Amino acid sequence: MTELTKTGAAVGEPSSGGEVPRAFLDVRDLKVHFPTDDGLVKSVDGLSFQLEKGQTLGIVGESGSGKSVTSLAIMGLHRLGNRGKNVRMSGEIWLDGKELVSASPDEVRRLRGHDMAMIFQDPLSAMHPYYTVGNQIVEAYRVHHDVDKKTARRRAVELLDRVGIPEPDKRVNSYPHEFSGGMRQRAMIAMALVNNPELLIADEPTTALDVTVQAQILDLIRDLQKEFGSAVIIITHDLGVVAEIADDILVMYGGRCVERGPVDTIFYEPQHPYTWGLLGSMPRIDREQTDRLIPVKGQPPSLINVPSGCAFNPRCPYADVPKGGITRTERPELREVGGRHFTACHLPQEDRTRIWNEEIAPKL
Amino acid sequence: MSETDTRAGTTAVTDDDDKPLLKVEGLVKHFPIKKGLLQRQVGAVKAVDGIDFEVRRGETLGVVGESGCGKSTMGRLITRLLEPSGGKIEFDGTDITHLGTGGMRPLRRDVQMIFQDPYGSLNPRHTIGTIVSAPFRLQGVEPEGGVKQEVQRLLELVGLSPEHYNRYPHEFSGGQRQRIGIARALALKPRMVVADEPVSALDVSIQAQVVNLMDDLQDELGLTYVIIAHDLSVVRHVSDRIAVMYLGKIVELADRDSLYASPMHPYTKALLSAVPIPDPRRRAAKSERILLRGDVPSPIAPPSGCRFHTRCWKATQICKSTEPPLIELRPGQRVACHHPENFEDQAPQDTVLLSAAKEAAALVADEVLAESAQTSAAVAAEASAKEAEDSASKEPGDTSKEPGDK
Amino acid sequence: MISYIIRRAIAAVILLLVVTAVTFGIFFLLPRLAGQSPDQLAAQYIGKNPSPEDILAVKQNLGLDKPVYEQYWEFIKGIVSGATYNLGPTTAKCEMPCFGYSFKNHIEVWPQLVDRLPVTISLAAGAAVLWLLSGVAAGVISALKPGSFFDRAAMGVALAGVSLPMFFTGQLALLVFSYQLDIFGRTYVPFTENPSQWANTLFLPWCSLALLYSAIYARLTRSGMLETMNEDFIRTARAKGLKERKVVVKHGLRAALTPIVTVFGMDIGLLLGGAVITESVFSLPGIGQYAVQAITDNDLPPILGVTLLAAFFVVLCNLVVDVLYATVDPRVRLS
Repeated sequence: MTELTKTGAAVGEPSSGGEVPRAFLDVRDLKVHFPTDDGLVKSVDGLSFQLEKGQTLGIVGESGSGKSVTSLAIMGLHRLGNRGKNVRMSGEIWLDGKELVSASPDEVRRLRGHDMAMIFQDPLSAMHPYYTVGNQIVEAYRVHHDVDKKTARRRAVELLDRVGIPEPDKRVNSYPHEFSGGMRQRAMIAMALVNNPELLIADEPTTALDVTVQAQILDLIRDLQKEFGSAVIIITHDLGVVAEIADDILVMYGGRCVERGPVDTIFYEPQHPYTWGLLGSMPRIDREQTDRLIPVKGQPPSLINVPSGCAFNPRCPYADVPKGGITRTERPELREVGGRHFTACHLPQEDRTRIWNEEIAPKL
Repeated sequence: MSETDTRAGTTAVTDDDDKPLLKVEGLVKHFPIKKGLLQRQVGAVKAVDGIDFEVRRGETLGVVGESGCGKSTMGRLITRLLEPSGGKIEFDGTDITHLGTGGMRPLRRDVQMIFQDPYGSLNPRHTIGTIVSAPFRLQGVEPEGGVKQEVQRLLELVGLSPEHYNRYPHEFSGGQRQRIGIARALALKPRMVVADEPVSALDVSIQAQVVNLMDDLQDELGLTYVIIAHDLSVVRHVSDRIAVMYLGKIVELADRDSLYASPMHPYTKALLSAVPIPDPRRRAAKSERILLRGDVPSPIAPPSGCRFHTRCWKATQICKSTEPPLIELRPGQRVACHHPENFEDQAPQDTVLLSAAKEAAALVADEVLAESAQTSAAVAAEASAKEAEDSASKEPGDTSKEPGDK
Repeated sequence: MISYIIRRAIAAVILLLVVTAVTFGIFFLLPRLAGQSPDQLAAQYIGKNPSPEDILAVKQNLGLDKPVYEQYWEFIKGIVSGATYNLGPTTAKCEMPCFGYSFKNHIEVWPQLVDRLPVTISLAAGAAVLWLLSGVAAGVISALKPGSFFDRAAMGVALAGVSLPMFFTGQLALLVFSYQLDIFGRTYVPFTENPSQWANTLFLPWCSLALLYSAIYARLTRSGMLETMNEDFIRTARAKGLKERKVVVKHGLRAALTPIVTVFGMDIGLLLGGAVITESVFSLPGIGQYAVQAITDNDLPPILGVTLLAAFFVVLCNLVVDVLYATVDPRVRLS
């Protein structure tokens, strides 16, 4: 089922061979491939990043960039269900010193919901329609805590109160369909936080919500992170959301990271043409802008048939700048270009800096 | 898009240029709720509850609001996909409010609609050629040079290849499907295109392609757009004027620049401030954000008076009792509010805040409240000075500033 | 919730009234439309070579000469409170619910139905337990491992089960297991007399009937589960760290079962009104067999009785399903 790189590494022990991971969450060369009738879908194809407690990482990308599969892989959820039957996975995911890729499904299950929790895009479909909100939270608590229903229920009410649901002792008995969209997402957050997880993954947590509700939910996530000190991964296609909430940003394209760095660097000194494309595609509410958007030409790649060389080369306006057609033959490695700033691009750094400063930035 | 409204539609006669292309007065749409064995009507969803606006030739009118504000219903009413419960819709001087299917036939050429879902709005069993040529068949029009050639021209116009003629929708990506939808909408050379969330199902990079395409087509074909969207950034980018809807009402209707620079309705202000800004340095200034309490009330039983009073931090007694009319407070900026932001208070004698407003104000940063008070005071001072001047010269220009319901 | 049940119950009663009216219409009016006079109808009650006086008496006693609505009223009254028939020299009290007398042997219909009902109930209930357990289990396992050997085998058997007619599987089972191997008996024995004998005779009919239905249920459960297990709330349940078994049963199966409950209610209702073919194949003295006999004899009152009883069961089971549905799915209670 999985190509285990370190079959011997037990949970809780650092791998004997490699360096000891230091970060709280340390993902190394993660690959998640799904064989299908049409070919091998390389949803995630060699992804590495680190995240510390109390920090927020924003993963940005378009549909099919592999951002959601990454989050499911960390949670061990991609292996469950029909799609996960023959998933191929390799690499390492270290969470607080435990390796998850080689761990048994049951070991990962015990961490799930307890050490790491997740909230999803559409809170209506993400909650079971037949059980009350309270029962669903109680269930989440009792999986990991050996307490009676009454205690768990008190905990549920406490959390509903914490996430700002009015009259929590009454609403705990409501069904999801009796909540509004924003309330439902709050309840989902309460469910995710009920066990004080150290890692919270939010997959498009506000995409299905109205903008005023989105503001409330982002505010809540920020406050809760401050209070609980957990590490947060927020997955979104909305650069506005990551600008608000993230410390670091990871830009994904075609199953790989094309650029990663602190939020300011990504917004003010981005080095990858795809990041430029995202910034140029985005209508701005905060400023008067040049008449036209600068879109990325073409379509996102198929994950079955990722272009050779740099996956972005068919859409990149600068694909021919590096000599010898290297962009079409050789995959660029992720290289550090400045303080904690990594990018995977064949363009020489001087060219990138010049293009950004002279051609891109003035038009944004 | 176009910075001025002077560019008229291709077919418009110069005389008509001043007249709006579409004029809507008191438009109402209530969806009855029926219950029980006898299907008695027990209430109604007041999706659109009395709105007035006009769409000028060649402009882009953006309509924003949160889900349930009635913006999509409004779009379906002005394209007459829905039958209005009341009010009047005039297209190019013709009353189309209650036209039947036959009467609407000529209008269907002039007004077209683009939908959000590029997957659901194309029949998967039809080729692109069949889909794009459907309007010709339905209207019995034979374009010059034949249907096929015209369809291929349209495909090229929207940035697709003419060879796509015999392909099926599933062979295309989301962005390309939306282009197909646009090609179909443009087939009959419409004068007005109503687009309901045209880009919200698309990825960011593709979204920009479609926005640019619509922009180019407007320039090339002299189209008039009504673009309905929840994304305030997109609306800011594409619109000349913007209508903000809340619970079936237009609360503010203004030029793009006035609206974004100095919104007058507190709801507009809250809505704008809630949009996440893709600029991490602005994070320091996020105390400007106005967090609204709770959710939008139900359109079945909307609040009395001003519908926003249950969530507004400035609401006073008059807001609860009297509905503010949509009046032009500044040239090009119409607002329905008793206590507008960035402007002179319309009901200054009413100073006691509602208890709901006190709770709402608790969520609003002090800076915002202070700033709002300052600007209001400043504008009021300016206005009263001007009024003094005006009354001296007996110019009846400022009467519109007086709310009619004092 | 209570008002929901009351609303449903009232609707059920109205539905039953409509059913009686329609059935009455069919069985009492159609013969007349086909040209039978009240005299001819009355003659059927008497036997060979009826005298005109007898016909007149029967006609008057049974009210066959009255207008339709009066006859219908009498009929309804008979069901609700019983009726008394004056058959010339003798009078017969037909206790409620009165469905009249058989043309053929002049026996009251209702006691006959009551006699035969336990057989049909035994058959339906036993088969239902079998097919629910096997069908749902097979469906769930298939859905969890689609494309596996089990899935293909189970779906193959299911396809066979749906396609093979009862008079084939039933006869075959009888031939092999009863006539040749002599494992199972062929004469129905009531449960109260000898439970093991009862089960012994019913085992083959249960299995034959269950094969047919469990095939349908396996396919239904499989598709329902496949769909449900892809729902977002299943992902949420897994993200909580629940054990997979709990995810499948508590979150998946519960949601997938609702449509199955609906179909189950309908099927049981229909079966209680007489498993016509099964009872005939296995010679079980149940409602179905009674109906077949009545139809062969052109004996209207029993046919009418069976039809109404069947309709009653279908409506009753649907009522139960509706109420169950509302208990299972809180969203239903709203509307």
